[in-house]
Amino acid sequence: MPIKMIPEIGHFALIVAVLMAVIQTVMPLAGAATRRPLWMAYASPMAMGQFIFVLFAYLCLTASYMLDDFSVVNVANNSNSMLPWYYKFSAVWGNHEGSVLLWSLILAGWGFAVSRCSTGLPRDMVARVLGVMGMVSAGFLLFVLVTSNPFERSLPRVPADGADLNPLLQDFGLIIHPPMLYMGYVGFSVVFAFAIAALLGGRLDSAWTRWVRPWTNVAWAFLTVGIALGSWWAYYELGWGGWWFWDPVENASLLPWLTGTALIHSLAVTEKRGSFKSWTVLLAIFTFSLSLLGTFLVRSGVLTSVHSFANDPSRGLFILVLLGITVGLSLLVFALRAPRVSHVVGFGLVSRDSLLLVNNILLVIMTVTVLLGTLYPLLLDAFGLGKISVGPPYFNALFVPLTVLLCIFMGLGPVARWKRMAGGELRRRLWLAGVVALAIAALAPLVYGGEWNLWVSLGLVAALWVVLPLVRDMTDKVRKAASLWQGVRRQSLAYWGMVLGHLGMAVTIVGVTVVSNYSVEENVRMAPGDSADVAGYTFTMTGLESRRGANFLADTAIMKVEGDDGEHLFVMEPEKRLYLARGMPLTQVALRPGPLRDLYVAMGEELDGDAWAMRLQYKPMVRWLWLGAILMASGGLLAVVDRRYRRRSTVQSGSESSSSAQEATA
Amino acid sequence: MHPKRKQKLFIIMGLLSLAAIAVGLTLYALRSNVNLFFSPMQIADGEAPMERQIRAGGMVKEDSVSRNSENLDVVFTVTDYVDDLEVRYSGILPDLFREGQGVVVVGEMREGGYFQASEVMAKHDENYMPKEVADALEESGYSPEDYGVKVKGAD
Repeated sequence: MPIKMIPEIGHFALIVAVLMAVIQTVMPLAGAATRRPLWMAYASPMAMGQFIFVLFAYLCLTASYMLDDFSVVNVANNSNSMLPWYYKFSAVWGNHEGSVLLWSLILAGWGFAVSRCSTGLPRDMVARVLGVMGMVSAGFLLFVLVTSNPFERSLPRVPADGADLNPLLQDFGLIIHPPMLYMGYVGFSVVFAFAIAALLGGRLDSAWTRWVRPWTNVAWAFLTVGIALGSWWAYYELGWGGWWFWDPVENASLLPWLTGTALIHSLAVTEKRGSFKSWTVLLAIFTFSLSLLGTFLVRSGVLTSVHSFANDPSRGLFILVLLGITVGLSLLVFALRAPRVSHVVGFGLVSRDSLLLVNNILLVIMTVTVLLGTLYPLLLDAFGLGKISVGPPYFNALFVPLTVLLCIFMGLGPVARWKRMAGGELRRRLWLAGVVALAIAALAPLVYGGEWNLWVSLGLVAALWVVLPLVRDMTDKVRKAASLWQGVRRQSLAYWGMVLGHLGMAVTIVGVTVVSNYSVEENVRMAPGDSADVAGYTFTMTGLESRRGANFLADTAIMKVEGDDGEHLFVMEPEKRLYLARGMPLTQVALRPGPLRDLYVAMGEELDGDAWAMRLQYKPMVRWLWLGAILMASGGLLAVVDRRYRRRSTVQSGSESSSSAQEATA
Repeated sequence: MHPKRKQKLFIIMGLLSLAAIAVGLTLYALRSNVNLFFSPMQIADGEAPMERQIRAGGMVKEDSVSRNSENLDVVFTVTDYVDDLEVRYSGILPDLFREGQGVVVVGEMREGGYFQASEVMAKHDENYMPKEVADALEESGYSPEDYGVKVKGAD
């Protein structure tokens, strides 16, 4: 009997969680305003309770999926008894209701983590941060309960079997992509809450930035990995080898990433120099608002894509209102309180401060251009001014030059000094790197592609300009020490994190440049016995087979592939699958990955006779795209474990009083 | 001028020129890269420009798809049940391309009144009708129920 009631128990747990979130909002915020320790003390237990109950609700839904309880509408629409268990597990978030529940669970999880790691923080700060997070949480849990109840039943007419999960989502990439992305999206709620708490409390000192920076880095690293996974998934699952489409849904994840990147750099200035304070707070607000906007775009059904599951308009309206309240309230608090925390610190025109300012401006311009291209068609449509679409050419025309510009300043930033430095010194440190970058970039296309290509040179010079000054800086720093290891050890982990992050960016740029310019694609008609040459590889179709999988039928093409030199000889087996429950066809790509090139074979459609339309692709350095993202994320995480963030809990009380004393005199 | 003011002036000038460049680039890029959507009815009325990239959409007419047996050329008809549009394409059609289903095509109108597509898009999920197509069909007097396909948001 209790097993049959799992969905109701989950539903009930969710209601309890909402109530706890409301208490978590009201009591600590009121307590912090009126200085009542007892009220403020509600924050942490409520954060924990809320997390436990949302987790419990989430487990109940997972149990319904695992037990094939098709009386639950959500399970019936998105699962099937033939589905392998791991896809049943991930199908929970492969639909609207479940994914919003996952969103809420992760939000509650971040809140819980903040309450656990807050031992060194002042009591009123903890109360305010958790209060703000509770407010966001309450909004989202209400959204789940009111518009997207995942536990809804279809009694008494229970379907015999489920409609199955969309085959595109039956994939390893989907198992990890949404949780990673959500960890990033929602992780920015922590920074957002800290920013609002700083405004409310009127205190934003360097201790505050030391609390905020690790959270920001972790959220940003997750978002980076999430975006990269999405790109990787699109590459091998959608069957035509693209890795970024400028699809509004992708843009929605890129927007908070851009402002989040700006935020990381702005926080560095705030910590080191005590300036850019209001700007940092504003960026924190923008980043989380853009995360919410992304959620709105994806979840409201204004966009049609693989991400927008069946939706109804009331949901879109609810999120839009939620977004409006969040942005409106936080900007109001900002307008009222920002003058209290802002603090003017002068700096020279040639200094790391001013270079980071330019970096921030460029990142914000990039954000605005992407935002404009994403929202423009939606706005026109909403006002009935016509149906248009903004395609990749728009984004490429703006994003590429802006990225090159950004790279110029990325090369300068790490070697410049804080506050001010002589322009001549900067020139002396960099001219060699500049000359080498230009020389290599100008020659590389000749060696690699055989003919000169402006775009390849431009991309390479940008990447090298990011890397070479860093190399120079590293050797300068390490050389001064007695041994290499000591030299490496002497630099802080935050420094190595920065190096890794910038290196990752350069690696991604090289990947983008090469794969965009040197990819080869051939669409050919092939029957068994036919062969085709692509980029020095000979693809021969030796046979066609059919097989039966767990929940699909498949036609498999056996492709023998031979390299130029006759050495590399291997077989690739792309498939065209038919998923039985939905009768939906799916292209299963065959990949031969490598550090310098991928070979990509996909089956198109069956033609008359035994022939198939085949898509054969040669993708040089495509792996570098995602390798770069992994490096960037690791850089972000490496900086988190830096000693100065760990030290804070022990000596924090002393430094806090001294910094607030400074604040008072400033 | 006071050095501090001079510095501020520099920064402000720099910001303004950057912003101006950004706005200029954005407007230019938007103007030249926007694709308008036309239904077969609008194209038959001569509303669509020739030789300019546009998008069109509707249902793939039953029994209209014909493949060349030598290469990957394909011809099919897109309809909104009022007017028909002949579409020519060379390449691989998406998995969910089927007769009687909604599609959106990107390409241009050519002399001779056919649409040369550079891209054919069907949706990622068999249940959904592209939004533009659903609207276009509605304008031509058909409601989604008439063709028995579940439209986004109609469940």
